[in-house]
Amino acid sequence: MKTMKEYKTISRVAGPLVFVEKTEAIGYGDLVRISLPDGTIKNGQVLDTSEDLVVVQVFEGTSGIDKETRVKFLGETIKLSVSEDMMGRILNGAGKPIDGGAEIIPEQKLDIIGAAINPYARETPSDFIQTGISTIDGTNTLVRGQKLPVFSGSGLPHNEIALQIARQAKVIGMKENFVVIFAAMGITNEEAQYFIKDFEQTGALEKSVVFLNLADDPAVERLITPKMALTAAEYLAYEKNMHVLVILTDMTNYCESLREIGAAREEIPGRRGYPGYMYTDLANIYERAGMIKGKKGSITQIPILTMVGDDITHPIPDLTGYITEGQIVLSRELHRKGIYPPVDVLPSLSRLMNLGIGKGRTREDHKVVSDQLYAFYAEGRDLRGLVAIVGEEALSERDKNLLKFAEEFEKHFVTQGKNEDRSIFETLGDSWKLLGAIPKDELTRISPDLRDKFYGKDIKDTKVEKTETKEVAEKKPKSKKKAKKK
Amino acid sequence: MAKEGKLFRIAGPVVVAKEISARMYDVVKVGHEQLMGEVIQIVGDKTVIQVYEDTTGIKPGEPVINTGNPLSVELGPGMLTSIYDGIQRPLPVLVNKMGDFIKRGVDAPGLNEENKWDFKANVKAGDKVNGGDVIGEVKEASITHKIMVPPKVSGKIKSIKSGKFTVNEVVGKLDNGHELKLKQIWPVRAPRPVRKKLAPTIPLITGQRIFDILFPLAKGGVAAIPGPFGAGKTVSQQQLAKWCDAEIIVYIGCGERGNEMTEVLTEFPELQDPKTGKPLMDRTVLIANTSNMPVAAREASIYTGITIAEYYRDMGYNVALMADSTSRWAEAMREISSRLEEMPGEEGYPAYLATKLAEFYERAGRVNPLGVDEIGSVSVIGAVSPPGGDFSEPVTQNTLRVTKTFWALDAKLAQRRHFPSINWLTSYSLYLETLRPWYKENVSDTWADNVSKMMVILQEEEKLMEIVQLVGSDALPDKQQVTLEVARLIREFILQQNAFHEVDTFCEPKKSAAMVESVLKFADLAEEALNKGVRIVQILEIKSKNKIADAKYTNDYIKHLEKVNKEVQDEFAKLKV
Repeated sequence: MKTMKEYKTISRVAGPLVFVEKTEAIGYGDLVRISLPDGTIKNGQVLDTSEDLVVVQVFEGTSGIDKETRVKFLGETIKLSVSEDMMGRILNGAGKPIDGGAEIIPEQKLDIIGAAINPYARETPSDFIQTGISTIDGTNTLVRGQKLPVFSGSGLPHNEIALQIARQAKVIGMKENFVVIFAAMGITNEEAQYFIKDFEQTGALEKSVVFLNLADDPAVERLITPKMALTAAEYLAYEKNMHVLVILTDMTNYCESLREIGAAREEIPGRRGYPGYMYTDLANIYERAGMIKGKKGSITQIPILTMVGDDITHPIPDLTGYITEGQIVLSRELHRKGIYPPVDVLPSLSRLMNLGIGKGRTREDHKVVSDQLYAFYAEGRDLRGLVAIVGEEALSERDKNLLKFAEEFEKHFVTQGKNEDRSIFETLGDSWKLLGAIPKDELTRISPDLRDKFYGKDIKDTKVEKTETKEVAEKKPKSKKKAKKK
Repeated sequence: MAKEGKLFRIAGPVVVAKEISARMYDVVKVGHEQLMGEVIQIVGDKTVIQVYEDTTGIKPGEPVINTGNPLSVELGPGMLTSIYDGIQRPLPVLVNKMGDFIKRGVDAPGLNEENKWDFKANVKAGDKVNGGDVIGEVKEASITHKIMVPPKVSGKIKSIKSGKFTVNEVVGKLDNGHELKLKQIWPVRAPRPVRKKLAPTIPLITGQRIFDILFPLAKGGVAAIPGPFGAGKTVSQQQLAKWCDAEIIVYIGCGERGNEMTEVLTEFPELQDPKTGKPLMDRTVLIANTSNMPVAAREASIYTGITIAEYYRDMGYNVALMADSTSRWAEAMREISSRLEEMPGEEGYPAYLATKLAEFYERAGRVNPLGVDEIGSVSVIGAVSPPGGDFSEPVTQNTLRVTKTFWALDAKLAQRRHFPSINWLTSYSLYLETLRPWYKENVSDTWADNVSKMMVILQEEEKLMEIVQLVGSDALPDKQQVTLEVARLIREFILQQNAFHEVDTFCEPKKSAAMVESVLKFADLAEEALNKGVRIVQILEIKSKNKIADAKYTNDYIKHLEKVNKEVQDEFAKLKV
């Protein structure tokens, strides 16, 4: 290996960028070590390289860098040291331990820019994940290998919901639980403590890897934190056969950093000053969720983002929604009403829902029940506006029922405790109870045979659960075999 | 200046080379790993190249080699049932060569080079042939694949033989020395020539009621489906790919989700083409360049797709091309353009966005191919993903200027689980007039009248709903309450369609027309009754009308609707004034 030269040829420093002249040929994306005269070491990455000039993005910020500063190009890209011992550890945003424990002895060093999964090598996700939250399980079902973000706003309880999902998520009929990888980008120390404390209390920390880039950590470091977390996730999922749940919070801070770099490079900005390549950049994070044929593990992603000004059309939630497989939207209005979790089901969606539900997975009536709940709740909510003007007396019988339905839906279906773990059969049972308040022949989304089977019948949840779980357990291997044959 | 040069600068997917002579859009091999790239700008002695693979680790000074050829695809038997990336590399081959993840520096030919095809020549030595003329055929998946003389080639056949050949073997020769093979190569950015473009007078039947009845698309026509995320673009595109009556489907997943492509891949082989009974996959070519695959290849994927579509059109087939989503394609152009530091147009998109979109959509059409008597067509259905669902953005607007059918998706409808969530008031089709004779002849005499009747009712409903929002529906005059009820039946029974129900997922035009007929009959009876003095409450309480909806779920709809029509009539007859 040839000796690496150090350069003292910094020509310009601007924002998080350092421009270096008169170098030998430097590889695009290479890792850079910067030594300040006072002995501080900083890390960076090559963003642009040519015969004349190399542009370096410095992760720890450029404060203190002067023309005396020495720059060394390491000739390799950024890598993360991975090993199974990572579990139970707390790392900083750049993958270094900060829990006072020993360095991680790497089994492998992996490039953090993950390659795209070949679409042909992907397995279609279809394992229903029971989160115990009715608004997710019942109407916006999560499946293993999906990326389902939470669109929140500042001050809304997205952290509690993420934790509740992490605590309760399981696949019915399977023993193994999820390994949780938690990547924090620019959140406050207090929020981070909240997460870690919860992990410690529930004993989940042993089966977690925590990456922390806090609000006072360098903003540029945030750009590599999710990539670090996903590299660790890929290692555990595809090499160690684990089912990994990755929580990324807060993607809004990540995008702000992206904008900062773009501005420092004087790039032509896209919408609201965010770089034109933000879609591709976000896709490189979100698309790393999934399952691969022939591999046992999986990566499920729950990115959390706070919508700027609660605006869902802002570029960050907008581009995210175009990449992810649905979204869970939190509503300030419901939160103000004191409803937890304040999930607004109408704009929420799970695109992979139909793959994970139905006979043999959850229950035959799941999809139609969900559609019917949506349709009635939407109508009921609309009627609230009308009632404010004409009063409830002016409503028809059907409208009065629907108005009541919307109220009850929020009270009994949406609302639940922070530790309440509802089984899918409880959720469906509750749904039928709500639907029971509407005359049977008005349930037009539900086919007559299912109406007859479930309407007005108080199905004993626990009993059904048992038989149904059995069915799931029996049917699973069969359907897998079928898929292989084809 | 030479064929080989050196890299000067690398910044993401755009690199600059020097000391190389190249023409615009020449394909070049970049770096020691020979990554594939394409020349997109020439400035002085520097050549700007977009690279179709990841450029991490590449250094200035590495070699750049010009192949001297434009970006091309291989056209020949074996494309059906394939899944390619944006530059026609077969994804299964890439899995074999480099594992589950897409790495770089691997080249793979678009057509399988080992497969032997049973070629039957149908010309003989001495015959004079021109570009596009058929020299023979092979059997591919569910179709007869016609082997044609490449456009721009002509001469007298010197020799030709039938038998088993690979795509690279010579099956015949022309007197001028040109070798005829099963495969031909065509540059993707150039449209394949045709003899004549024809007027689109036959609808592309989609099996989706709202499309077939209200907003039809013609074979050879172009349609745009814009909509915010979650409004059902992809489901609509997939429904069209599954059920439309084209012989060949080219489905381009351009910058979209990996899991969705996988879904298509697992689902299509199991579904049956309603016309032929063969697996849908047999008529499909998939192109998947997901959002995290290299952005330059995403830009190319649209051209790769339409060139393949044109090739099958040249054999006289009806081809339907779905591009999901053209916005991602436009964004890829924007990304490349901004890296070139070009002066941006609206919202950072390059100023040539409109031209590129128009050029692409113009490659659709119903044509007389060069050498085949059958009429071929390429219909293009482009999904558009406007940021924030705002249709006034540049990609949607520029698309609208060139497309004739506009299927506007509406997030509000999707939230209510009204699917397909096509807004019936903002959508339109400019093919209604040209298709009228076909519908009259093949579906029903009353089709055109019924369409306008329904549109009037739906429009009236929109107006009435504003009043209802203020005063409640009870305050409306009886006649208008009937209109509201009929509009509801149209929306729920006709426009809503369940893509996940085995029968309702495909609805033939005759069935659609019959259902419309039943609903409108109810409207007539209701009006008649009102005139006789029946009260509105009695009309609203007619139970049998709800059974019209059940026709959706049965194939024996004729009998069912006859029965329901009779019941409705009887119930009306019993109403007391």
